[in-house]
Amino acid sequence: MSVPSETFKSLVKAAAEQVIASAPELTSLDQAIGDGDHGTNMKRGCEAVLGKLDAISAQPLDEAFKMIGKTLVMTVGGASGPLYGSFFLAAGEALSHDKHLPEDLADVFGSAVNAVSARGRSHVGEKTMLDVLVPVLETLKAAAGQPDLIARVRTTATEAVERTAPMQATKGRASFLGARSVGHVDPGARSSCVLVQAVCAGLEARA
Amino acid sequence: MTDTVGIVIVSHSSDIAKGTADMVRQMVGSEVKVAFCGGNPDGGLGTSVPLIIDAINAAWSPKGVAVLVDLGGAETNSEMAVEMLEPARRDLVVVCNAPIVEGAVMAATEAAGGSTLAQVKAVAEELSAD
Repeated sequence: MSVPSETFKSLVKAAAEQVIASAPELTSLDQAIGDGDHGTNMKRGCEAVLGKLDAISAQPLDEAFKMIGKTLVMTVGGASGPLYGSFFLAAGEALSHDKHLPEDLADVFGSAVNAVSARGRSHVGEKTMLDVLVPVLETLKAAAGQPDLIARVRTTATEAVERTAPMQATKGRASFLGARSVGHVDPGARSSCVLVQAVCAGLEARA
Repeated sequence: MTDTVGIVIVSHSSDIAKGTADMVRQMVGSEVKVAFCGGNPDGGLGTSVPLIIDAINAAWSPKGVAVLVDLGGAETNSEMAVEMLEPARRDLVVVCNAPIVEGAVMAATEAAGGSTLAQVKAVAEELSAD
C-alpha cells in the first residue's frame, strides 16, 4: 500500500491551513502562560510549508516528510520549530527505513513522538505537546485497523488537550510561572490537536 | 595568531546579542572570534536556525565553537543548528548551560588563553553550578 501524493498534498495543505487559521487562538493561549509567539511562529512555519507544497509533494513520501520538518526548523523561530521539525524529520527517517504508510502509521507516529520527547527532554504529564501526541499514539496502537480509528483519534486528541489545563508546567517558558500555569490549556498541546484534527478531517472527507 | 575557541551568542533579542558581543569584545579584543544573532526569521523576538548556523560558521575555529544562549527556544534552536552543520563540524560545537552575558564573557576570556573547547565550556558552566 502507499499514500497517493495527491492525498498527501491535500492533507498537508489542510493541516497547515488549519494551524494558520488557529494562530490567533494559539497566540492567545501562549500569552497566558508563555511568551505569546506560538501562533505567529506556527503560522510562519506553515506558510513556508504551503509555499513549498508543490516541491514537497513531488518527493517520495519519506523525503516529503523530511522537507516539511526542515522547513519548520528553518522558519518557525521558536522552540516549536525544532520540536515539530524533529517530529516530521523522524517520521521521514522511519519511512526511509522500511516503514510504510498507512499500514505502519502507529510505528511511524511513535518514532516521531520519540523524537519530540528527545528534543525537548520532556515526557508526558509536563503540560506540553506530548500530552496530546502520546495519547494519540496510544489510540493509534490500540485501535489500529478498527473502522472507528479516526473517530477515536479525534476524541482522544480533544480530551487530551483539555487535560493539560489542570497540569502544572515543568518544561518551557510556562514552567517559570510554576503553579500559575495551572488552569490554562497548553498552546503546544493545542497546536498538536489542531494538526491531528485537520488530518483526521481530511481523511474523513476522502473516505 | 594561534587558534582560539570561537564564541557564538544566541539571544531572542538582537539587541541583547549585540550588546553581549560588545561586552565580550571589550574584554578580549580581537583575539577570539565572536559572532552573534538574535531574532526570529521575521526579525521579531525569537531565534532562527539559519542565522545560528551562519553565526557558528562565522566564528568557526579548528578548536571549536562555544554557543551561549538565553531562553529555551534559543537552546533548542541552537542544538538543532549544530545537528544541521556539516558532519565534520558537529562534534566541535557545544551549547553551554550558562547565563548568556556572564557566560559569554567568561567563556571568551578562557578561550583567549588558548584553552580547549571543554575547558571553555566548563568555565562558562561553573556560573550555573549551585
